[in-house]
Amino acid sequence: MTDISDLLESAKLGDRRSLSMLISAISESGDSPSINTATGWILGVTGPPGSGKSTLIGQMVRKWASSGERVAVLALDPTSPLSGGSLLADRIRMEGDDLRENVFVRSIPSGKTPGAISPILWPICGVLTECGWTRIIVETVGTGQSEFRIAALVDRLLLVDGPDRGDIIQAEKAGVLELADVIAVNKSDLPGASSAAQHIRSSLSLASDDNREVVLVSAKEGHGIQELVEIIEKCEPQNTRGKMMMMERLISEWDAALVSHPEIDNIISELCDGSITISQAIEILVSSIRDGGL
Amino acid sequence: MRLLEVILPLATYINMRIVIAKPGLDGHDRGAKVVSRALRDGGHDVIYTGLRKTPEEIVRIVNDEDAEVLGLSTLSGAHDSLIPKICEQLIENRLGSVIVFAGGIIPERDIEALFQSGVRAVFGPGTPTSDVLDFLNEALIRKQNGNPVGVGDDSGWNWND
Repeated sequence: MTDISDLLESAKLGDRRSLSMLISAISESGDSPSINTATGWILGVTGPPGSGKSTLIGQMVRKWASSGERVAVLALDPTSPLSGGSLLADRIRMEGDDLRENVFVRSIPSGKTPGAISPILWPICGVLTECGWTRIIVETVGTGQSEFRIAALVDRLLLVDGPDRGDIIQAEKAGVLELADVIAVNKSDLPGASSAAQHIRSSLSLASDDNREVVLVSAKEGHGIQELVEIIEKCEPQNTRGKMMMMERLISEWDAALVSHPEIDNIISELCDGSITISQAIEILVSSIRDGGL
Repeated sequence: MRLLEVILPLATYINMRIVIAKPGLDGHDRGAKVVSRALRDGGHDVIYTGLRKTPEEIVRIVNDEDAEVLGLSTLSGAHDSLIPKICEQLIENRLGSVIVFAGGIIPERDIEALFQSGVRAVFGPGTPTSDVLDFLNEALIRKQNGNPVGVGDDSGWNWND
């Protein structure tokens, strides 16, 4: 197995094979190479299933790549809790050989980390920046905690919704709407899209200082993409999220350590048959961490 | 995580990254999706490419995803030109260790030529999905023992014989 730092050196020289192997090495070992540059531009894209996130990302990637940016897309997909396997979604369509050199797409299964934001994402984004990828897009599964948690990794967040409205009202309850920097209502070619956008705008206008944009787009027809890209480019990186980001990072590392604890299966069986209580289980886990036994 | 995987018997948890691809122009991917799902249920990470990918696109996806296995599904009759082309390009791009299998409508008389290109198994209609999982287990064991099984390795062993 080639050393992680050797892989990083050749990946920095533009070798895609090394970059790809480097990401695998980070995923398997959890080790991260030492990186000089600060992690760069990262856009999170989230939204309910079926809202057209992948198609929209495909369109935006084309805009960025054709203006000379090097775009890396990380697609996060859930791991089956039953089999441990994952079925990673259809690939973003990138026609046109000229652009392909400047686009890198990698699927990341969520693995054993609950909440679907795996701690390996931080070093992976760092490595991509170091290797000259100027636009990093992280696409999350459209449900559950991950929507919320992705905000801690990225420096700007795009929320995508469809024309059917109901979904984003649920999202509003969960707080995702508060975290998004830009909101896109996709499928503007279908009826209902503009009233959905209006509905979201009026919801945002309840706060007097909220001037975030709600953009109508059609990923299928290619409408509104240029405008959306320009608005995302204008976004100021959210440095107010510093504390939340560190908190999420700590939680995701903690979760990863917990689910990979050697005794976890035994502890869960004992909990199931009632031989220990939840607080006893926590005591066992905490004391083994204290003894450095993780 | 490491420790758990060692404790569990190997046969129950061997997780590989697998790309399932549709080269050529046919528009039917139920077979590819059934296989993708079965491999996921077998504990693997499966990346399905979607329809109508060129050999160049498929090789790039295998590279970027750092897949260990590539499954190619074709129903259009273009297997005899597309599959060898993909195998050659994998080798040219330092992906010779990737294990390649094929499925779909592939006549008996064409299978030997695919084996010569480095394909290690050909599955026809009606194959139980457990066969594909058994093939992958066998291929992985061969790989771990240092026996040729990648597309760029010596030909000889294949699942069908």
